[in-house]
Amino acid sequence: MTPTSVSYRRIYVWELPVRAFHWINAAAITVLGLTGFIIGHPFSVAYTQEASFQYWFGTVRFIHFLAGYIFLINMLMRIYWGFVGNAYSNWKEFIPTSRSWIGDIKEVLKVDILQTSVHGPVHVGHNRLAGLIYFGTFWMFLFQALTGFALYAPMSRLFVGKLATWIVPILGGDQNVRHLHHTMLWFYVAFAIVHVYLVFYHDYVEGRGTTSSMVGGWKFEREDYLDKH
Amino acid sequence: MSVSGDSLWITMREKGYSRREFMQFCSFAAATIGLGVQGKAEVAKAFEQKQRPPVVWLHFQECTCCSESFIRGSHPIVADILLDSISLDYTETLMAASGHQAEKSLADTIKKYAGKYILLVEGSVPTGADGVYCVIGGRSAAQILEEAAKDAAAIVAWGNCASYGCVQAAKPNPTGATPIQELVGKPVIQVPGCPPIADVMVGVITHILLFGRPPELDSRGRPKEFYSRRVHDTCYRRPYYDAGLFVESFDDDHARKGYCLYEMGCRGPVTYNACAVTRWNDHTSYPIQSGHPCIGCSEKGFWDDGPFYRHLPSFPGFPIEATADTIGAALGVGVAIGVGAHAITTNIRKRPVIQETQAESVSEPTDKKKVD
Ligand code: HEM
Ligand code: SF4
Repeated sequence: MTPTSVSYRRIYVWELPVRAFHWINAAAITVLGLTGFIIGHPFSVAYTQEASFQYWFGTVRFIHFLAGYIFLINMLMRIYWGFVGNAYSNWKEFIPTSRSWIGDIKEVLKVDILQTSVHGPVHVGHNRLAGLIYFGTFWMFLFQALTGFALYAPMSRLFVGKLATWIVPILGGDQNVRHLHHTMLWFYVAFAIVHVYLVFYHDYVEGRGTTSSMVGGWKFEREDYLDKH
Repeated sequence: MSVSGDSLWITMREKGYSRREFMQFCSFAAATIGLGVQGKAEVAKAFEQKQRPPVVWLHFQECTCCSESFIRGSHPIVADILLDSISLDYTETLMAASGHQAEKSLADTIKKYAGKYILLVEGSVPTGADGVYCVIGGRSAAQILEEAAKDAAAIVAWGNCASYGCVQAAKPNPTGATPIQELVGKPVIQVPGCPPIADVMVGVITHILLFGRPPELDSRGRPKEFYSRRVHDTCYRRPYYDAGLFVESFDDDHARKGYCLYEMGCRGPVTYNACAVTRWNDHTSYPIQSGHPCIGCSEKGFWDDGPFYRHLPSFPGFPIEATADTIGAALGVGVAIGVGAHAITTNIRKRPVIQETQAESVSEPTDKKKVD
């Protein structure tokens, strides 16, 4: 194949608040997942001292709750940014609203799953399927925050926990809330694997700098494709 | 069966209790319902003057452990007076009358004291197969409840059966066991537990007798006094929990030392009850104190959240050994394998695309030299 001269344009896609949200969220979920796993699997660490001299399980829970607050506030910040940020971060980017949008989703599915060789312009922000998946993921975040804060309510005097307790009777009691909260851990594990893989994969086959875009904010797009947008 | 109308004090005197014993009971009652010592006089006055309302205690699909618990209240007068002689105008297990006589007594009380009597219900109501699973005197539990609930001044659901259906309502609930709250179109005071703590039952009853209205209830109909805190938050083993000192098997050294039972499946962190405060058997002990993890018997559907001796319940739709973690870990491995397979097929099937992209590359440094 002869080298074709293709020129690329640099586009500032992810503004700083979006990138900050992404990494704070990633860090918070990692911490929440690890500490949550320990809370759900208490194991013996130190048995040499009596209770007066150690508090490690309480500390693990404290870190979980602290990260929980960070997770929640960060998420609220991102929702706000979905209304004031640039076009790529707008909330409308996540909900399919046109027929061609659905067509784009089908296209991505074909390329990703059936591995067909169709190629051409891909939406510059989130690809259309990813956008929809992140929309679903947002509800999962919300669910995790609701169940988490509902469990947290009896041990907290702040109003935040009480805002979530309505979900307890709906889910059938604290035990079920805890079970669902715990089960959701595995959603995050599966999501993280697929998410990281797909970023690498798209970067690999499209060569638009998808991976680094979440660090610097820039994506690259062929100029001839940009015209078609 | 005594006639309603006298005050509690008069009935007690008739039974041979002294004034001192009556005052002791009043202190106890005041303390139980949270009035403190100052409330003693108020309680005594009320019990001297107020007519005690008639009480109907119905038994449906249950094991009578609520009644058993009740008669073991820490103050003997409670069992003796409230249950034995006081205005218990109808109760299947303890009344003297039987047969038509008993049925007539129930009908009479309901009619005569319409809008005044207190209805206590023990047990769930089976609604499957037109209610044939629980028939008393030729009528189904649902019919009896409907009649008795219609003109009741207050309705109390004793225990997990009446509140949530308990073991009869455990999946697959063959008899269609239904909590009474779902059958009567009125607010019900829920006093869950299998059984409820004796002193909690006494406290609820005393409150109604004394003030003529139910105690303050939470959004799920449970008296706040007794059900607003988790067992975990009042448990004396809590310091061991925070310190991460856990019993790992029954009879191990940690069990002997009285460490926290969290790893043994303790449901204290998800159970709202007064066990750790009120305790049982005249304030002697409660399950955790005797080395057994809480099974969450005052929570809705606790039978379906088993096995009891494991932190994570079994996952619905999977064999009993499977927890969210076994399934989650399998899912994680499956996803990792899928991703790996995808990476391999990508390199095979997407070759042309990748090569095309790579062909766009230009070798930059050499070009520079030439220009110079
Ligand atoms: C990605 C987010 C999160 C993950 C993966 C996660 C994971 C977990 C896991 C696995 C448990 C153990 C459940 C058990 O078996 O007992 C747990 C417990 C808990 N989590 Fe989270 N969690 C997350 C977010 C939150 C948030 C936002 C809060 C809000 C404060 C929260 C509050 C709690 C509480 C209160 C418990 C119970 C702790 C206890 O029993 O003392 N979690 N979490
Ligand atoms: S024994 Fe149960 S209720 Fe008590 S601290 Fe441990 S987990 Fe909580």
